[in-house]
Amino acid sequence: MAVALDLTVQLGQMLIVLALAPLLTGYVRKVKARLLRRQGPPLLQPYRDLLRLVRKEVVLAQNASWLFRVAPYLIFATTWVAAALVPTFATGLIFSQAADMIAIVALLGSARFMLALAGLDVGTSFGGIGSSREMMIASLAEPAMLMVVFTLSLLAGSTQLSSIAASMQGPGIGLRVSLALALVGLIMVAIAENARIPVDNPATHLELTMVHEAMILEYSGRHLALIEAASFLKLLLYVSVIACVFVPWGTAVSGQGLDAYVAGLGIYAAKLAAAGCMLAVFETVIAKMRVFRVSDFLGAALMLGFLATLLLFVSRVT
Amino acid sequence: MALAGLLWCIATLLGTAVAAIAMARHRSATTLVYGVALCACVIALAMAGWSLLTLNSLGQALTLPVGLPWLGAHFRIDALAAFFLLVVNLGGATASLYGLGYGRHEETPGRVLPFYPAFLAGMNLVVLADDAFTFLFTWEFMSLASWALVMAHHRRPGNATAGYIYLLMAGFGTLALLLAFGLLAGPAGGYAFDAIRSAQTASLAGAVLVLALVGAGSKAGLVPLHVWLPLAHPAAPSHVSALMSGVMTKVAVYGFVRIVFDLLGSPVWWWGGLVALLGGVTAVMGVLYALMEHDLKRLLAYHTVENIGIIFIGLGLALAFEANEMPGAAALGLTAALFHVFNHSVFKSLLFFGAGAVLTATGERDMERLGGLIHRMPFTAFAFLIGSAAISALPPFNGFVSEWLTFQAILLSPALPQWLLKFLIPAIGALLALSAALAAACFVKAFGVSFLGRPRTEVARDAAETDRWSLASMFVLVALCLLAGILPGYFIDALAPVSQALAGAQLPRQEQLDWLTIVPIAQSRSSYSGLLLFLFIAMAAGVGAEVIHRWASAATRRSAPWDCGFPDASPVTQYTAGSFSQPIRRVFGSVVFRAREEVHIPPPGDASAARMHVRLHDVPWDVLYVPTAKLVNLAADRLNKVQFMTIRAYLTLVFGALVVLLAVLAVWQ
Amino acid sequence: MDQLALDVAHLLAGGLVLASFMLLYQDRMTGLINTFALHALVVSFSVAWQAYIQQAPHLYITAAIALIVKALVIPLALHRIIVRLDIHRTIEPVVGIGQTMLAGIGLVALSVMVMLPITAQAGTLAREDLAFALSVILLGLLMMISRRNAVSQVIGFMSIENGLILAATGAKGMPLVVEISVAFSILIALIVIGIFLFRIRERFETVDIHVLHEHRGEQP
Repeated sequence: MAVALDLTVQLGQMLIVLALAPLLTGYVRKVKARLLRRQGPPLLQPYRDLLRLVRKEVVLAQNASWLFRVAPYLIFATTWVAAALVPTFATGLIFSQAADMIAIVALLGSARFMLALAGLDVGTSFGGIGSSREMMIASLAEPAMLMVVFTLSLLAGSTQLSSIAASMQGPGIGLRVSLALALVGLIMVAIAENARIPVDNPATHLELTMVHEAMILEYSGRHLALIEAASFLKLLLYVSVIACVFVPWGTAVSGQGLDAYVAGLGIYAAKLAAAGCMLAVFETVIAKMRVFRVSDFLGAALMLGFLATLLLFVSRVT
Repeated sequence: MALAGLLWCIATLLGTAVAAIAMARHRSATTLVYGVALCACVIALAMAGWSLLTLNSLGQALTLPVGLPWLGAHFRIDALAAFFLLVVNLGGATASLYGLGYGRHEETPGRVLPFYPAFLAGMNLVVLADDAFTFLFTWEFMSLASWALVMAHHRRPGNATAGYIYLLMAGFGTLALLLAFGLLAGPAGGYAFDAIRSAQTASLAGAVLVLALVGAGSKAGLVPLHVWLPLAHPAAPSHVSALMSGVMTKVAVYGFVRIVFDLLGSPVWWWGGLVALLGGVTAVMGVLYALMEHDLKRLLAYHTVENIGIIFIGLGLALAFEANEMPGAAALGLTAALFHVFNHSVFKSLLFFGAGAVLTATGERDMERLGGLIHRMPFTAFAFLIGSAAISALPPFNGFVSEWLTFQAILLSPALPQWLLKFLIPAIGALLALSAALAAACFVKAFGVSFLGRPRTEVARDAAETDRWSLASMFVLVALCLLAGILPGYFIDALAPVSQALAGAQLPRQEQLDWLTIVPIAQSRSSYSGLLLFLFIAMAAGVGAEVIHRWASAATRRSAPWDCGFPDASPVTQYTAGSFSQPIRRVFGSVVFRAREEVHIPPPGDASAARMHVRLHDVPWDVLYVPTAKLVNLAADRLNKVQFMTIRAYLTLVFGALVVLLAVLAVWQ
Repeated sequence: MDQLALDVAHLLAGGLVLASFMLLYQDRMTGLINTFALHALVVSFSVAWQAYIQQAPHLYITAAIALIVKALVIPLALHRIIVRLDIHRTIEPVVGIGQTMLAGIGLVALSVMVMLPITAQAGTLAREDLAFALSVILLGLLMMISRRNAVSQVIGFMSIENGLILAATGAKGMPLVVEISVAFSILIALIVIGIFLFRIRERFETVDIHVLHEHRGEQP
């Protein structure tokens, strides 16, 4: 009976994550528009976009292969599974032992692998641009993320996100320099991976400025809806990771009962709103950088993560 | 019992080799040779697997009265040998299955068929050898058999040079190993491995490590001794390339593990640091080389270098932990490295088989002359895709599990007390993470440019799918990639006797954990369940597809590509391998290879084509090999004068040697 | 002293190292000057916090000097100099920014390796603070040698002084006299360098040091 309840809670987390992801993106767009003194699209517009796309007919290029048709489902599935494994309102859920942070990073890598291949499938030059730039960004962002994961797991003694979140709330860690460096590095990687300004512009369709948009140029209909949903989920995943590791207070622990879960959900929604607001302000204030400056940017993130890990290796008294 | 059976299988292989010399021209020679090799390898695989899993007949030894008269030829099967026999014979079986189909396209079977079973026999014998002479003899036999296979198509441009460099490096490696064994045997001269283990000479152990690293490392492909690998591996026929990359490099790893972990006694802390550092540098350099390549088989050969680097990182960590009396962590490092040995042999063979299929179908190895093969060769494309995903360490496949285990071993290393290790190991962790990300980029390029897009040449447009035997061997390996990713606990348990014998501890038993999770250290620390992830992903994809197709729309229409409204009829305008890797070449290559691009654009009005040149400098080659070759040539020119002296000069030389010997004798008294 | 206070001090020292890395990362002049203002701000907060936990009120004056002079006056003056001299706005690094940052990491590792064994008697946090201070000094030196531009060399020089202040306050107290004399010498050095910058700019129309190379005496 308890197992069935735990399974229900885990399933609930999966569905909540899927339901909240478009709302987060809609909220960020609304705040950005307001900061630019525009009305902006309604808050629920991403849901309407997804519904509209899903009902449309898919237009496939003549030489698109089975990989092009299967890729959106795989991209969506891997990103959804990764997002569902990050603690949102409660830690220690029943399947959180299945994958730790390294596995979550690798799952996002799988999604990116399929996306880059789909970009190359039709054989246009736009797809090639997107895929090659995306793999260059990934070749620096993934190691930077892994170094941040190393730092966090060295501090917490585990690579499981639930354990990391639990030990961050505990007394043993305090304000460490490596944590500050890891936070800065994680924010830089999150910006790069989610294709936000200053790395990529999510609202543009100009060749010079696009990376993510270039890879999905040929997609339409339900395929495009799935890929858009996957990018919403990815943003939610990164915000959830930052929230559950660096602002862990208020998260329920598995088994505390329904009211603790509801309270955790409310606090989680508040954290999402705060993060969305900060992201919108940051994107409005800063300008997009040149493509080859992105490698310096992510190289700096890798260096910060590496420095954080190095400081932890050196300061261990054991 | 198992040992005798294995030796009989090897004898069958040798007999087949001899027979093939005679009847190579016969019509059914190909089928016969590969068929016998397949059977022999499958039987050997079964026996090795049975003895590893049931721990039966481990420790059996046998001495044959061949070889040196006072030594004989010792053979022994223990846990380490059983595991590597499993790897070797799995590779041999799948390569033979592939060869049943591929071998029919061979133009000169007489140059391939006799040496193929000899190569397999040699690799098996190296793993079974229990004394230094047998080890070195079979090691050289293995090298020579593979050299003959590399030279099978010796008229093709570049193959003769490849064979020459291969022979040089193989000889150099054997010399280093000979010196290592000499130091191990000591002045008493006991060359049997039992004698070496019980002698426990601690002197010059560091020199033995360096010699073993040079000798075994050059065969495995450690930077900077890797230069022969990307020349020789692609020159051989494709199933032999798979064997050389996937299996022979693992036999070299076996040699290193046997000498350093088994024969050398307790390690010193800096050994681990040195090995892991070499591994880290090799991993990054290998994948950066691979990114600059557009020959499919050379790219795969450079990737072998990268994965050998990953294996040596695990081995180095295990040595460092063992030197600091942390047997549990050493077991983790060793298990991670050995699991990666198995995984790499599986997916590298798969990738080489795919490349061989492409080569047979189109006659091209250059990616920039391929494209669109996913439509013409769908099964090969699927198998190559799974292989690419596995080698890029993507869950739920097997490459991810061994990299995950290596990362867990790195996360255990803050407990090491030495300062240099404290600084080195995070750097090696960063290098490992970098190489994993770059490997994914490289395989997006390899698969995307060769199989996706539009065909760039006629041969790509007219390619046909390969035969059933090749496809069967590829799909066996695909199934293994998935199984090893979903059921890693069984593999870790199978490796337990090996790590117990070498590191003195083993990982906790994995088989009774729920949902086939693996827990390498402790439940509170980290866990991974490949099966759950696979099920989750399948369920999520299935549910998503079902919901959308049922309640939204399933309509599809074909049309011309959108391409932002600028459709391009010519397939020349799609991205090539060079253009795909240009951002990475600019970021990393300008530092590591001093990559420079020059573009010549003709003046306006001139209708000739624009040209772009990319110049890369291979730093180890320019710094290490070219000066050494010049030095050797210089010395040879000088010494050549000895050929042309007068009789009086020769007499003077003889007299001088005699006087020097007498003087040494006098002083030494 | 409770753990939180020590942690905040440690965090501010680490923040100074982070600000030094940000200085290495900049490739535009205005960004560089603003980052230097941030660097000075962090050092003044750090000194103020040390004044609070050590209960040494004279350090508040040091913090105020750092804040007013280094975080406000000098950046404003440099902004005006740049506009007046019409100096070009991008800074050329000698080797790429990625390699410079990698060298920076190596320097931090080196200073940790040097400092931690030497100061074996002190507490862990004090030892790490001294290691951070040495890293800031070394990173400032790295900045001076890896940029072709005179203004960035001046900023590197001033960031070295910030590192010295961090080391001195972290090691339990520094008499105000020392601080005033060090600050004055830096100010004099800055005035002299400023005069030279004007002269170089007048003569050669640029402050790229490389150009000066051709006018050295011993050319063949």
